[in-house]
Amino acid sequence: MTDWQLALDSFWPLFWGGISGTIPLAVASFALGLVLALGVALMRLSRNRVLSGIARFYISVIRGTPLLVQLFVIFYGMPSIGITIDPWPSAIIAFSLNVGGYAAEVIRAAILSVPKGQWEAGYTIGMSPGTTLTRLILPQAARVSVPPLSNTFISLVKDTSLASLILVTEMFRVAQEIAAFSREFLLIYIEAALIYWLFCLVLSSGQNLLEKRLDRYVAH
Amino acid sequence: MSPTDPLAPAATPDDSVLLSARGIRKSFGDNEVLRSIDLEVRRGEVVVLIGPSGSGKTTVLRSLNGLETPSAGTIDFAGGPVIDFAVPVPKAQRYALRDRSAMVFQQHNLFPHMTVIENVIEGPVRVQKVPKKQAVAEASALLDRVGLAEKRDAYPFELSGGQQQRVGIVRALALKPQLLLFDEPTSALDPELVGEVLQVIKELADEGWTMVVVTHELSFARQAADEVLFMDGGVVVERGAPGAIFTNPTHERTRRFLDRILRPLEDDGEAPPLE
Repeated sequence: MTDWQLALDSFWPLFWGGISGTIPLAVASFALGLVLALGVALMRLSRNRVLSGIARFYISVIRGTPLLVQLFVIFYGMPSIGITIDPWPSAIIAFSLNVGGYAAEVIRAAILSVPKGQWEAGYTIGMSPGTTLTRLILPQAARVSVPPLSNTFISLVKDTSLASLILVTEMFRVAQEIAAFSREFLLIYIEAALIYWLFCLVLSSGQNLLEKRLDRYVAH
Repeated sequence: MSPTDPLAPAATPDDSVLLSARGIRKSFGDNEVLRSIDLEVRRGEVVVLIGPSGSGKTTVLRSLNGLETPSAGTIDFAGGPVIDFAVPVPKAQRYALRDRSAMVFQQHNLFPHMTVIENVIEGPVRVQKVPKKQAVAEASALLDRVGLAEKRDAYPFELSGGQQQRVGIVRALALKPQLLLFDEPTSALDPELVGEVLQVIKELADEGWTMVVVTHELSFARQAADEVLFMDGGVVVERGAPGAIFTNPTHERTRRFLDRILRPLEDDGEAPPLE
């Protein structure tokens, strides 16, 4: 018989694992990853072949290797060459690098989706390329990139469960501990799954709000 | 015309030479689109470029503000350095060219994420560092003058094509340029909206703005132009006062072009009969 009392008792530890582990890990990694991705996207769009080559190579490596392997290389591999990084920073570094690779392609496509006439209009009103980018191009690219970037973020929230394998105390690691102790694997893992789902539902509605706000200046 | 009319030109139309382009050439790969174009614009003058698609009109216009870099030739814009395109042009020279002019595009190119007033003050405030309050006041006066006062807080998508293009014109005027460049400003508009835009451009011409206009609107050219240049195949085939060009073209190519535009349905004896 299902132990409802156990489910109830473990809700707060799991939820708290999400609030104090999963979410901060995802938010910090996503924020850093986006900054990285913008830089990589601009390098990729650069006419400088060295810069765009580096960006291409980086994106290729990140997208061509498993996230779990990236995580293990940083946490378990780096100590071999004398670089020891704690679990939390390791996880944030790995996830940021990963987001950086994926989101760079999203941002690059979004920048390219803004008509060339907008660059020209910026030029003719006297703007520098940098100002044109920040004032005219990126705000328009942002609207286009919200749906795909939201996907990236929601994937990331779930992928942070991998950090349990490098000893980060996030929701899934809490679940593993409760399950091992109580032997109620099905109950606890389903409960954890439901809480991940809850988080993702909240994030999806946040995405909808953001899209509505950014869509205010286009015809429907 | 009162001295405080917001549509009054930024520079005095004293008929001195404002811009002189000599021997402008431009190739895209093996394709030579401009073969030695000469163009002179005096202050207060309206120069209209006409000609078939692909004749190079737009490329000439875009060379005048640095959107295109000619392969050869010189541009002497009063008050700036003489730019020689035979050698690599420093960015500062290209910017000097650009900062004296403003352009109105065929596809208006308004900033869709900004309201009308934000579109207009963007250049003055961000680039020219005009205090925002002053920029808003000037922009409002201009919008009022072209009949768009009540649209100042609308987004571009909420406007008709003609209104969008009038905002495009106001955005250019707000920069107080010495030269206005119009790149087929009415070609993308529905026919019934063309008039309201041409009306504004005509008024600017009457106020004494210096402008170079690429257009297919021959009636506008006839009424507003001081000089008309007919281009074909990357060269200026014929130039002169609109009266002379339109009523008495000296070149066969000019005559055929005018015929095709003015009487599109008539057989000019050249086209093969329809099967």
